[in-house]
Amino acid sequence: MAGFLARRVGGALLILLGVTAITFALLFLVPADPARQIAGRSASAATVESIRQQLGLNLPLWEQYGRYLLRLAGGDMGRSYIQRTEVASLIWSRLPATLLLMLGAIVCELLIGLTAGVVAAVRRGRAVDNAVMVASFIGVSAPQFVVGILLLYVFAVQLGWFPIGGYGTFSHLVLPALTLGILGGGWYSRMARSSMVDVLRQDYIRTARAKGAGPGRIVMVHALRNAVLPLIAMIGLDIGLFMSGAVVVESVFGWPGIGQLTWQAIQQVDIPVIMGVTLTAAVFIVLGNLLADLMAPFVDPRIRLR
Amino acid sequence: MTAIGLLLRRKSSVFGLVVVATMVAAALFAPWLAPLPPNEQFFEGLSLEGAPLPPNGQFWLGTDQLGRDLLSRLIYGARTSLLVGVVANGVAVLLGTLLGVIAGYARGRLGAAIMRFTDLMMAFPALLLAIALAAIFQPSLWIVAMVIAMVNWVQIARVIYTETTALAERDYIEACRALGAHWPRILLRHILPHLVPTVLVYATLGIATTVLLEATLSFLGIGVRPPEPSWGNIIYENQTYFATAPWLVFCPGAAILLLALGFNLLGDGMRDALDPTQRGRG
Repeated sequence: MAGFLARRVGGALLILLGVTAITFALLFLVPADPARQIAGRSASAATVESIRQQLGLNLPLWEQYGRYLLRLAGGDMGRSYIQRTEVASLIWSRLPATLLLMLGAIVCELLIGLTAGVVAAVRRGRAVDNAVMVASFIGVSAPQFVVGILLLYVFAVQLGWFPIGGYGTFSHLVLPALTLGILGGGWYSRMARSSMVDVLRQDYIRTARAKGAGPGRIVMVHALRNAVLPLIAMIGLDIGLFMSGAVVVESVFGWPGIGQLTWQAIQQVDIPVIMGVTLTAAVFIVLGNLLADLMAPFVDPRIRLR
Repeated sequence: MTAIGLLLRRKSSVFGLVVVATMVAAALFAPWLAPLPPNEQFFEGLSLEGAPLPPNGQFWLGTDQLGRDLLSRLIYGARTSLLVGVVANGVAVLLGTLLGVIAGYARGRLGAAIMRFTDLMMAFPALLLAIALAAIFQPSLWIVAMVIAMVNWVQIARVIYTETTALAERDYIEACRALGAHWPRILLRHILPHLVPTVLVYATLGIATTVLLEATLSFLGIGVRPPEPSWGNIIYENQTYFATAPWLVFCPGAAILLLALGFNLLGDGMRDALDPTQRGRG
């Protein structure tokens, strides 16, 4: 167990190191000169040069990368070109809103996906099953910004049940979380269906049936746990989906998280912020994968830790 | 039964095929199909207060905030979506297949290096990486396509890698080697043909992903630039009107959904039709 943990954590750290190498390389592709960006348009050549010295942009590449890593280790992601504040503190202040949104999305995604998938599996080949499968295809093919605007139009503008956008109360959370959860719900319903179909075919289910358990008891007591828990344990793998989705959903609903921060940074070509968010998202994805790896054996003892 | 017969037996695949064929036809024949020029701002295309017009006899799907005909812009937008979809996904499939086959057949250090690199790419959320790349390179249609390709090759590379390693273990490959065949011949004649079904399936499913990614980038304002119509940037330009002129958001939105759905259904049908274990099942 300890060896497994060490290997997985070590692997995750290596991936993170690679991630920083890529973001560092991306920064080098930026056509604009960062020293000039910071100095401003009217700065003299001498000022630009002194800023370049200060930032260490005249050093060899590997030394710059080393400094970049040291800065990152100290929580320094650079400064925003536009707002002149620390990127790290911008992201830090926006993170709680995004995490809350993700939590809501996870609840929506599991509620929609698992319910639909299990019902489809139990009623396999019937009209309900077909309807669920069609809906899941629509769910994974629908662009999130259109889903978001549609929900806003119907439930906020026309029916007035929810606020048009913003942040603060539970009712502000419902529509954005639902929008973010629908895509994952589409995937989960398909996975839950096939997982449930597999479980219902197994011998121990036949045994339960032979001993006289009713169909409701078989599904709820015997099958559900084995079919659904492994899927829930994989929730960490969805972080990437949520991080991408957050940019779209937060910009549609005006949700003050790191997605909205990204959207603002896009409009102003504020590259340090975009890089900071990309790096933060990558860290969360690596952590999510690690979490999924660690949870799998607890849910299914047949998976051995290697 | 042949693969095509199997594919056409499913209603959902046929639906997907019809949708895709319609969209391709719209894109190819846009100049003849579009009732009005897509970039012309019509004086009578705005109300007296300067608001966009709802669908009517002259403008079948209404007009946008600049008084342009929405239907014509949607028809021309199909060109953008499909062009980016096919080019971006084509490059991604080519790159993914190439790297996957090399990694799967060469193994060793080269294979490990390629696969560790795909692990790394998997650690980035696709949209954010695309945003970072698009923000760095000022986007044009071709750059958007390349950005999407750079992000999307990873999945295909992994699938192809897995299949290639399994194929490379087979006895007949061993036999080829024993008979003196060199690796280019083994790859081209004995491994690649077996990968064709997988590549076809992922090429089809991948277009759905690509179309959605292009629409999303354009919606965020870093994809295809106006005035060149793309379904995503039509929504980007008009989203402030969504409460009073919902057709400006929902018509292009429906177009994106239909195209992605079409490719997803078609790809899913192809996966089942080309899967040898599914033959003869209902």
